[in-house]
Amino acid sequence: MPVFYDIDIPSRLMLGTAQYPSPRILTDAFRQSGAGIATVSLRREGGDGAGASFWQMIRDLGVAILPNTAGCHSVREAVTTAHMAQEVFQTDWIKLEVIGHPDTLQPDPFGLVEAARILTEDGFKVFPYMTEDGILAGRLLDVGCRVLMPWGAPIGTGLGLNNPYGLRSLRAQFPDVPMVIDAGLGLPSHAAAAMEMGFDAVLLNTAVAKAGDPVAMATAFAHALQAGALARRADPMPPRDMAAPSTPVIGMARLV
Amino acid sequence: MSDVISVLGAGVAGLTIATELVRRGAKVQLIDPNGGPGAHNCSWWAGGMLAPFCEGETAEEPVVRLGQKAVTWWEKAGADVTRRGSLVVALGRDRGELDRFARRTTGYQRLSRDWLTQIEPSLADRHDHALFFDTEAHIAPRQALSVLENSLSQAGVTIEKSAPRGRIIDCRGLSARDQLPDLRGVRGEMALLHAPDVQISRPVRLLHPRHPIYIVPRGDGIYMLGATQIESHDRGPARLRSVVELLNAVYALDPAFAEARVLEIGADARPAFPDNLPRIRKRDGRIFINGLFRHGFLLAPALAQMAADLALDNKKPEVMDEDHGEW
Repeated sequence: MPVFYDIDIPSRLMLGTAQYPSPRILTDAFRQSGAGIATVSLRREGGDGAGASFWQMIRDLGVAILPNTAGCHSVREAVTTAHMAQEVFQTDWIKLEVIGHPDTLQPDPFGLVEAARILTEDGFKVFPYMTEDGILAGRLLDVGCRVLMPWGAPIGTGLGLNNPYGLRSLRAQFPDVPMVIDAGLGLPSHAAAAMEMGFDAVLLNTAVAKAGDPVAMATAFAHALQAGALARRADPMPPRDMAAPSTPVIGMARLV
Repeated sequence: MSDVISVLGAGVAGLTIATELVRRGAKVQLIDPNGGPGAHNCSWWAGGMLAPFCEGETAEEPVVRLGQKAVTWWEKAGADVTRRGSLVVALGRDRGELDRFARRTTGYQRLSRDWLTQIEPSLADRHDHALFFDTEAHIAPRQALSVLENSLSQAGVTIEKSAPRGRIIDCRGLSARDQLPDLRGVRGEMALLHAPDVQISRPVRLLHPRHPIYIVPRGDGIYMLGATQIESHDRGPARLRSVVELLNAVYALDPAFAEARVLEIGADARPAFPDNLPRIRKRDGRIFINGLFRHGFLLAPALAQMAADLALDNKKPEVMDEDHGEW
């Protein structure tokens, strides 16, 4: 199971908390799937206490809370939001999003490194939402990040693992850094594939919240993650081009 | 025990239960410290869509079923109900959203562009597909609240600021959080637009993965544009981000909105329980009607009928989750 900043997490499934049909369905999705971390966005609901009943419900889930800076388009905005989140949730964890483009919602790698540096110096444990770029990963580790969150595909698209080569390469370059596939997953099979590649966890929101039955979908993702992680440990066979019969063909009876 | 029933709160829930009780011959006292319906009620800011089938996209089954009682109740109450159905559209790149909406709802027809041209021609330029829920309707909330207030007044029930004289039916919405700890606020922001260039005659929902909106025609070129849905009990003025998102999206629905005048920008918080379903609750010696969420005008009639059954005939309502006996 994943370990983030020396904390053991009991599940490979991390869920966002937006867009569910109702808070009860959100709660049931967490309970049924056993998700280990809840991400929450402070930006929208405001840190002035007006979202207090919703925050309390998230706390009552009894899972680790990872506040995010969703919707922040500048370093300053992200840093301010992180500090507000720290006050509201009493945690030094922050999922850092610095959005570079309003349509594609892709991370701004330059702002991300800068914000990660500032927040690490301020004592935060930063979970950066990033592209799968290996150089960017190196820079983020240089400024003090100890977990990385590469995207699968743009937020909310459900396209899955868009660049399997890039993700495999990233995983191989930094084999000891805990990595979470964050954003873009649509199906449990995408999550299983991420585990087979050796990633530690996935973070989802839309794929679960916007499913016809979010509770069932969250549970399906949890099963897929288990299957993928088990397969990774089982050391899968390498693919090959030629057929290879699993039983010998010499000496077969001729049934003429 | 007094045979007067004191209804607390003159929003849509309080006015409908008071109306229903008076219809059934009960003696009613209607109390609201803020006086008659106004900006202090969250129903003042409502859309007024009587659209149970569309709501089925995210709401659970009771909303769809109970909401179907709304149209006839409001007509009987004398409100101006417009039965022209409702439309659901999505912009080209969000076509998948329309299919998703269709899979999760019933009671619609799929319209091609030709058909859309016939019933709502100004939308057909930009939208080649739509879902048409032909049995749905809409009302103007402020007018409907005032119709109820006037008929109650004619029956001798005026809105008082005095203390309750009889047994209490509590319809205070979010203010009842002092006694209903699991009630929460869900903030909504809206705008009222005057757009005489726009020719849309029925409610239209524009599906969008990030900023879904709806418009409801109020007549005379006026359109209600709604609404955000934010987990917050903040009732303060609308935020710029929300307003920009709403206005951007309505411009995408029909560019003729560009010339609209913004008459009002409003915000309030809807009372909701954790499953976003309404409740009738008997506790602390009161009957509570609450948690109507975004379905005030849609569900208030069914809740009023059930609460009247409970108050007058001791018939247990299906949406009652707590019954602590004495009332």
